Amino acid sequence: MWFLCVFYHRLLDFRKPEVEALAELFGEEIAENESLQWRLPENHHNDTPFHFVQLSSEEIARNIAKRSILVKGMYELWGEGTCYEELQDSIQSYPDSRKLPFLTSGSTFRISVETFGKALTFEEQKDRIQSLTYIPFEGRVNLKNPDHNFFLMEMIESEENNGLQPILQRRIFFGREVGFADRKLLPTFQLKSRTYLGPTAMDAEMAFLMANQAKATLGKLVYDPFVGTGSILVSAAQFGAMTMGADIDIRVVRDGRGPDCNVWSNFKQYGLPTPVALLRMDNNLPPWRSGLKEIFDAIICDPPYGVRAGGRKSGGRKILRGTVDPYTVPDDKRADHIPSTGAYSLVECVHDLLHLAARMLVMKGRLVFFFPVLRDETGGEVKFPEHPCFKLVAVSEQILSSRYSRVLLTMVKVEPYSEEIEEAARLMHLEFRENHLRWLEDGNIHSSVFKPIDSSQIHTDPKTFKDPKPKYRGKYV
Amino acid sequence: MRLIVHNMLSCNIRGVVNKFPLRIEPEKVIVKEVDFNPDFLKHMIAKIDWKALVDGARSMGYPELPDHPPTTLESDESFLRKFHHSLLELNLEEGSLVCPETGRKFSVNKGIPNMLLHEDEV
Repeated sequence: MWFLCVFYHRLLDFRKPEVEALAELFGEEIAENESLQWRLPENHHNDTPFHFVQLSSEEIARNIAKRSILVKGMYELWGEGTCYEELQDSIQSYPDSRKLPFLTSGSTFRISVETFGKALTFEEQKDRIQSLTYIPFEGRVNLKNPDHNFFLMEMIESEENNGLQPILQRRIFFGREVGFADRKLLPTFQLKSRTYLGPTAMDAEMAFLMANQAKATLGKLVYDPFVGTGSILVSAAQFGAMTMGADIDIRVVRDGRGPDCNVWSNFKQYGLPTPVALLRMDNNLPPWRSGLKEIFDAIICDPPYGVRAGGRKSGGRKILRGTVDPYTVPDDKRADHIPSTGAYSLVECVHDLLHLAARMLVMKGRLVFFFPVLRDETGGEVKFPEHPCFKLVAVSEQILSSRYSRVLLTMVKVEPYSEEIEEAARLMHLEFRENHLRWLEDGNIHSSVFKPIDSSQIHTDPKTFKDPKPKYRGKYV
Repeated sequence: MRLIVHNMLSCNIRGVVNKFPLRIEPEKVIVKEVDFNPDFLKHMIAKIDWKALVDGARSMGYPELPDHPPTTLESDESFLRKFHHSLLELNLEEGSLVCPETGRKFSVNKGIPNMLLHEDEV
């Protein structure tokens, strides 16, 4: 059946993928190579908060809404129209068998009015509610804790606003609430109240979205190879998953800022189970035993892509360049020796991540990670990393500046890990090792993000210069 | 460090052949309670190197695991409890993991194994 799915007007690109991932999690049967059916209301464009989605049961719709971060509510639509007369016709022609069970005399109800694009005064809201007398409500009103919640939602036509596309036609919806989102999680988990933070700690809302993309739930094992302060794993643990994290920086994972301010304390703060493991290792030279595979249900991470924080791998700068040979550490200094690390290029980092995921994820396991994209590369399609074991199922862009954005990629493991894949990864690893410098140059995003503006662009008249992509996603929403 | 992780790790120094399992040299072992989830355990048992787990638990002072896991897990809750305790609740807080071939020690400090290699081992 079709449900009206109303979203918060935030992170527009993330909204449908979240619902799709949660639908799978809650048991919606989706055939292979197919996805959920979506439909737009008449005269709406894709960025509207109102969408219709087809789900097999009310229970699934309720569960999705309850767990989701961006769904404001799921509704059974009773009627819609461009004006109140049309709405009345539409509600009256909706079958009584669907309506009457929710209007009985023993029940309580409430009607709320919501608008998008304009605020209504209390009087205007009251008038609108009272115009609904043609619906035979038999029950009593209960504003605090009603059995049935009804919503009258109005989207008012508007000019282009803050880069948002104009809304062409007013549209009114009336529906019964099936489920709504619990965004109370967000103030509880907001970063400003987190005890241990790093410079790239993942924002709580985004971390929950990532955990939803990964379908984190009770009894699943979720791994973050760039764990840092654990901000992504905290959200997975909140949804019941067991967590495990690794980092190359031992100060972050082991010490933090003291006994009550470290990765462990970030979990204890919310009464969550601490990770089953934290360890220090190099993703470029992972210490996994041979034969170990298919052990994680999901891998979620924000790899260091060299803008806010750069990746590191084993081997010093000069060793990796080949100008000096690796030095031998004297035996008496071995115990406390701090091995040197060198820059870890984004391409190599992503290559290692995909290989890790191909090997260590169970079949149908999910790899969810951020990938940076330069925005001024207009024209051509952006090429995302690919791997023979994986199918890309969701791409959600978050614009960070006029220069670059980060894209949340969700991949599902569809092919088993094989010896050929292992061998190909080994050869690629050697290639990276031998041509360290060239790969470091290739795909260096830091310089592109921070380079001065090209002089040819300065002479362009700012009025005629049109940003090829709308900015509101990052700036206003 | 819990034994679930010990079971995943090996010594990855270049050229080393006999790299698993790492021998545990405990200095301080603590027990941290974890919620019991039979489904998770049944899923894990197929992925675990059983001998490494039994030896690891013994070296941390818990000799209760059988040499071979029972073939039917469904009804055997007492076994699953022992497996759960060994895999997830025993914690090596301080100590070392020792490579069986080279004797290289990977220290475990505040529960965090340090698996990073020195320059001449890469």
